[in-house]
Amino acid sequence: MKVTLTVNGIRRDADAAPGDSLMDVLRGLGLTSVKNGCDNGDCGSCAVLVDGAAVNACLVFAARSEGKAITTLEGMATEGSLHALQTAMLESGAVQCGFCTPGIVMTAAELLEKNPEPTDREIDEAMAGNFCRCTGYTKPRDAIRSAAEMLREGRR
Amino acid sequence: MTTTPTAVPTTTAVAGGIGTSPLRPDGIPKVRGEFAFSGDLHEEGMLWGATVRSPHARARILSIDPAPALAIPGVHAVLTQDDVPGRKTCGQAVKDQPVLADGETRFWGEPVAVVAADDAETAARAAAAVAVRYEPLDALTDPGEAERQGSVFRTMHVVNGDPDRRGEVVVEGYYETGTIDQAMLGTEAGLAVPDGEGGVDLYVATQWIHEDHEQLYASLGVEPGAARIHLSGIGGAFGAREDLTLQIHLCMLALHTGRPVKMVLDRAESFAAHVHRHPSRMWYRHEADPDGTLVRVEAKLIFDGGAYQTTSHAVIANGAYFAMGPYHCESVDVVGIATRTNNPPNGAMRGFGAVQVCFAYEAQMDKLAAALGMDPIDLRLRNALDAGDRLPTTGQVIEGAFPVAEVIRSLAAMPLPDAGPGGDPRHLPGGAGLTTTAADIRRGVGFAVGFKNIAFAESFDDYAEARVTLTPDGLLVETAAAEVGQGMVTVLQQIARTATGIEQVEVAFVDTAAIGSAGSTSASRQTQMTGGAVLEAAEAVRDEALRRAGGGTLSGEGVLRDGVVVATLADVLAEGPITELVRFRHPPTTAPSETGQGDLHAGFSVAAHRAVVDVDPDLGLVRVVQVDTAQDVGKALHPAALVGQLEGGILQGVGMAVMEELRIDDGVVRNASFTDYLLPTILDAPDVEAVLIEEPDHWGPFGAKGVGEPPTISSTAAVVAAIRDATGRDLTRAPVRPEDVAGV
Ligand code: FES
Ligand code: FES
Repeated sequence: MKVTLTVNGIRRDADAAPGDSLMDVLRGLGLTSVKNGCDNGDCGSCAVLVDGAAVNACLVFAARSEGKAITTLEGMATEGSLHALQTAMLESGAVQCGFCTPGIVMTAAELLEKNPEPTDREIDEAMAGNFCRCTGYTKPRDAIRSAAEMLREGRR
Repeated sequence: MTTTPTAVPTTTAVAGGIGTSPLRPDGIPKVRGEFAFSGDLHEEGMLWGATVRSPHARARILSIDPAPALAIPGVHAVLTQDDVPGRKTCGQAVKDQPVLADGETRFWGEPVAVVAADDAETAARAAAAVAVRYEPLDALTDPGEAERQGSVFRTMHVVNGDPDRRGEVVVEGYYETGTIDQAMLGTEAGLAVPDGEGGVDLYVATQWIHEDHEQLYASLGVEPGAARIHLSGIGGAFGAREDLTLQIHLCMLALHTGRPVKMVLDRAESFAAHVHRHPSRMWYRHEADPDGTLVRVEAKLIFDGGAYQTTSHAVIANGAYFAMGPYHCESVDVVGIATRTNNPPNGAMRGFGAVQVCFAYEAQMDKLAAALGMDPIDLRLRNALDAGDRLPTTGQVIEGAFPVAEVIRSLAAMPLPDAGPGGDPRHLPGGAGLTTTAADIRRGVGFAVGFKNIAFAESFDDYAEARVTLTPDGLLVETAAAEVGQGMVTVLQQIARTATGIEQVEVAFVDTAAIGSAGSTSASRQTQMTGGAVLEAAEAVRDEALRRAGGGTLSGEGVLRDGVVVATLADVLAEGPITELVRFRHPPTTAPSETGQGDLHAGFSVAAHRAVVDVDPDLGLVRVVQVDTAQDVGKALHPAALVGQLEGGILQGVGMAVMEELRIDDGVVRNASFTDYLLPTILDAPDVEAVLIEEPDHWGPFGAKGVGEPPTISSTAAVVAAIRDATGRDLTRAPVRPEDVAGV
């Protein structure tokens, strides 16, 4: 079965087996930032933006993504400069092993798109589906707060 | 007390040196999604591997028929025990675990056969199609029964002091902890590539490539040089990657098919494939004089090792040696037993035996304080050990920094958070969706202190190699140490910078053929061990560069005298390369006597945690509001990463206190998924404030200590103590379940 997607702004045709998830298809296209932490919707490592909404790509059948616009972590930096969330994750020390980082950045990207000035509680609610086993979440929360500030001030 | 830092910095001016918090060099690829974890590897023409696992805790294998699997188009191999070319068993200290099941399976999830096929889906189908006939056998799954039958890996008896010493005030208790999973976010994965000459290159996420290598080439039946292991990106470890999982299987498949083979375990398999934190049963009796002086501690510890030994001998040793905490005591009698059962094997996890006993001895200290009518913190201070004192269990005189009292005092002096959960229902235990009201909430505060050793013990020849080379552009550091996410890569850069004055430092992780062992990334040891090797090598490189230039100071520009460059790095290298390989060893340790006496440990670190919880005692709901800590760190080389270790480690401790546990019935794991094995999310994470106690240790670089494990040692004990404080219940088992809190 063929699936046509727009991934990070580029039209891509992919082969998909009937049971394949969007995560399988994206990883098959070489977008390995889409991380498989559970293949079951529990951990958020595979989160990508589908038409602007953060979803766990492991839970979406590839066939249901036909024609959709997908953004993965690979698509967040523009012209060589990092997105504010990428910069803030790094500068806040929110990246240890980094396995959770793609999912955290993509989930937070949707949050900040909808809510440029989230409170800590709003951050926590938005991020409740993203596991990080290394950091303890204080630094990811700091990173999202500081990215929001950078974006509000027009810094990337 | 005197302390001797191993080196004095020759320059503090260099940017990104020790004591600052530079960005991690692998951070950019990680935030760009370009960092290759072991599951992201790809090689043209590669096959995919999958594993057939035993569904029984114990069974005889009557037959294995690969034909149905081989009949599936695209399946290239089905391998069993008969196909293991070399040694049929593996294991760290004792080679007791079959590479593939040897006619009997001894735990649920034990690998029975492996397959290779064109793609992952076909491999999974092939694994399911391998026809294995089992005859289930009676499984031994009760550790108490195992002890009675003498089915044990190691029995410790640590005895010290006058056995007749008795105290007037006596408290006894029985405690248990559950089986805990490391739950690193990246599952086991790797890629094996045959070299066409009978050898193989394995790319894998592991904690110690040289130990893996020893086991790998022996089981492959090849010369050491014919099997090479390369570190690939590691998605967390926490002990789970200390034992072999898929390493030998991958290489067997690659050598058999002549094709590259990749394998990625799914989450359920990951739970089955790696070892867990030992579940424990612990009986304690503490005796004190009326003034609070601890005089006698007796304990009996049973840690269940499961089906194979892995590191059970060392985990139970830690349990026994650290069984009574960082306290004085005249008389000690500790029995520690690691049992052999048909439960899944248990082994290394952050804290390594010190976690279980801390849960018990700190509960005992609180109980004793209550019996004495003493403040629990005063009781701890009264008995706190210090550098120069003897450890009451092993009799070892503690060298280096050991600021137990200061850690306790600093933590006790930290301000407590505002009382009560406030008006926001989302701050209530259970969150807004549950039915607690603020009026039902009781707040509790708990305090706990824990400690353990750093680096390997009991006369193990523990070393780390590192090579430092001067290049025209700066320094190259080469190591085989595993960067598991903790940030060692940055710390090694910092150490090399401060030692030389050269800012440009590249750290290269090289394979087993390129350098000697760095030892395991475990036991909180790499900052001190590989860091120690890098420091010595960098200093030697610096001294040689300065000798060639006739003295001065070194910088990235070259050798300076009076602020002027007198020789560039290229000039210095004109005479020939400057490269130093150092094999660093920590102070030697001795083997234990029959009663567990000796200088068994290279150094120690202590931390304390104070937890604040809100509890609805009727509904059994708990919210961990805050966990503060004070930790003995020697010297904070990278303060930001260090605090990151504390925060992450504390949350793992919180998980063990209130939600995480592998549920195992008759040897079968019932919750091998992230749906059913609950991990703390951001909503469960307490606020953390940390105080770092910096007293230089006797052998770490610049006096630094490893910091990875102490955050998980006493955090669980502190959280459960806080729940006891809120509810008045005994709560002798971790994790605490809602029914324990509610008393139903
Ligand atoms: S891999 Fe999709 S949520 Fe875990
Ligand atoms: S940094 Fe390792 S899981 Fe988040």
